[in-house]
Amino acid sequence: MLKTIAEINDKIKKGEAVVVTAEEIIDITKKKGLAKVAEEVDVVTTGTFGPMCSSGAYFNIGHTKPKIKLGGGRVYLNDVPAYTGLAAVDIFLGATALPDDDPRNKIYPGEFRYGGGHVIEELVAGKDVRLTATAYGTDCYPKRKLESWVNLKDINEAVLFNVRNAYQNYNVAVNLSNRILYTYMGVLKPDLGNANYSSAGQLSPLLNDPFYKTIGIGTRIFLGGGIGYVAWHGTQHNPNVLRGDNGVPRRPAGTLAVIGDLKQMKPQWLVGTSFLGYGCTITVGIGVPIPILSEEILRYTLVTDADIFAPVVDYSEGYPQRKPDILAEVSYAELKSGSIKVQGKEVPTASLSSYPKAIEIANILKDWIKRGEFFLTEPVAPLPGVESGIIFKALEERPILEL
Amino acid sequence: MTVSKRIVLHFPPRIVDQPIVYRLVKDFDLQFNILKASVTPGREGILVMELTGGQRNYDQGIKYLTDTGVKIQALSQDVVRNEARCTHCGACITLCPTNAFSLEPGTRRVLFDHAKCVVCELCIKACPPRAMELYF
Ligand code: SF4
Ligand code: SF4
Repeated sequence: MLKTIAEINDKIKKGEAVVVTAEEIIDITKKKGLAKVAEEVDVVTTGTFGPMCSSGAYFNIGHTKPKIKLGGGRVYLNDVPAYTGLAAVDIFLGATALPDDDPRNKIYPGEFRYGGGHVIEELVAGKDVRLTATAYGTDCYPKRKLESWVNLKDINEAVLFNVRNAYQNYNVAVNLSNRILYTYMGVLKPDLGNANYSSAGQLSPLLNDPFYKTIGIGTRIFLGGGIGYVAWHGTQHNPNVLRGDNGVPRRPAGTLAVIGDLKQMKPQWLVGTSFLGYGCTITVGIGVPIPILSEEILRYTLVTDADIFAPVVDYSEGYPQRKPDILAEVSYAELKSGSIKVQGKEVPTASLSSYPKAIEIANILKDWIKRGEFFLTEPVAPLPGVESGIIFKALEERPILEL
Repeated sequence: MTVSKRIVLHFPPRIVDQPIVYRLVKDFDLQFNILKASVTPGREGILVMELTGGQRNYDQGIKYLTDTGVKIQALSQDVVRNEARCTHCGACITLCPTNAFSLEPGTRRVLFDHAKCVVCELCIKACPPRAMELYF
């Protein structure tokens, strides 16, 4: 029995599509069996809500009178610098950008209260944001200075464009040293004091489609509370990692680059985030629908937390020094039990990605599809898979010698 | 004049093992009533206590504590969770020394038991969306 995306969309239009979340599908299939469920269920929805640093947004803020060429100049939004190496009034704001006068880690650990991610959240919340800019002035763009309030509804384009989101699996971070560490995986207490992980596990988009059989370029998704698309594979996309018998990567693997209209997104799904001693970022909500086109695709969505394994990595030495050492492999079921065993020690666990919010996203997407507000798309090209031969490269430095 | 105040003491790891509270009694004639304690050798210790004694002795006792490196806060501060900002990630759970946070079984929502909080402030800056707020 094979279904097509067109057939599923027909059912969505008629309000007849059967949609369940990646959590619900597990029990449903246990009760009814693979063949029956593959026939009955049309879409499985996934979700994830976690800090995703390689995120940002580009804007076309509109022309001033007289005109100003921001390209090559300096632009700040609420004192957070935006990238200006584009045309006259196009700018890009990254989630990890910090105000020039933020003390960063000079007073260690830095607080990082406000950065690009917070500006994006405030814009999406409809708040006015202070734009300040200086330019060098040209014959066609004479204005050199700009200070103005801007609001998302008044600017031309506002597009969220995240070059790496939705990591397919991730490290569990621990600290073997005897001092506290402040990392992008949160505060790590000394001597294996805690273990932090960040994945929605059995609800996570790419863990439900481990070989990218349905998720590809052009896949329509839930992004930040609005509608977005998979634009490309994300940076550091690395399909060629160790995988379990079920095909699920046991290491950080695939990633997605995603894009969508910021104007229809919601602040509760794009949350400015601060990591003590590390920096600012944004917590992004993503939900991806998986069309149940075959039994094989259904089988992948049945993955449970007990079947997904993540590597435990030391962030005092192993991670910063790029050592390949892995202290242990643990399942998400173990991680969610509240503690794991590492080097014979019971280590309490905590998550950085929110499981309750991931469920909420999968349910919202489910409702959209059931109500006929969200249709599935056929990918226009697949994401690079295991056969792509992608090799994850590190930078082997070549010192620049002064002559 | 007798004073009685509720205070939070933060002990840096190097002095956790020293008999500091004992000296408060012996040298400064203060009475104490421990409300909450979280002390592990080699780690920062936290002690919430009610300290009672003559004003002069009390002030000298506090000075003695500060001199030894203990950080003192009044317990008039309060930590509140901004429910609208909390994403229920769980990053705070393993950081809180008094286990004020717990996971609701099933939903995996993060519960905050305000009564257990000793206002150590550890979670304030460690909460990624900064949902934990300190009030004076
Ligand atoms: S760390 Fe902050 S956002 Fe996360 S559960 Fe705790 S209070 Fe909520
Ligand atoms: S301030 Fe935060 S970490 Fe400290 S006791 Fe209260 S809830 Fe726990």
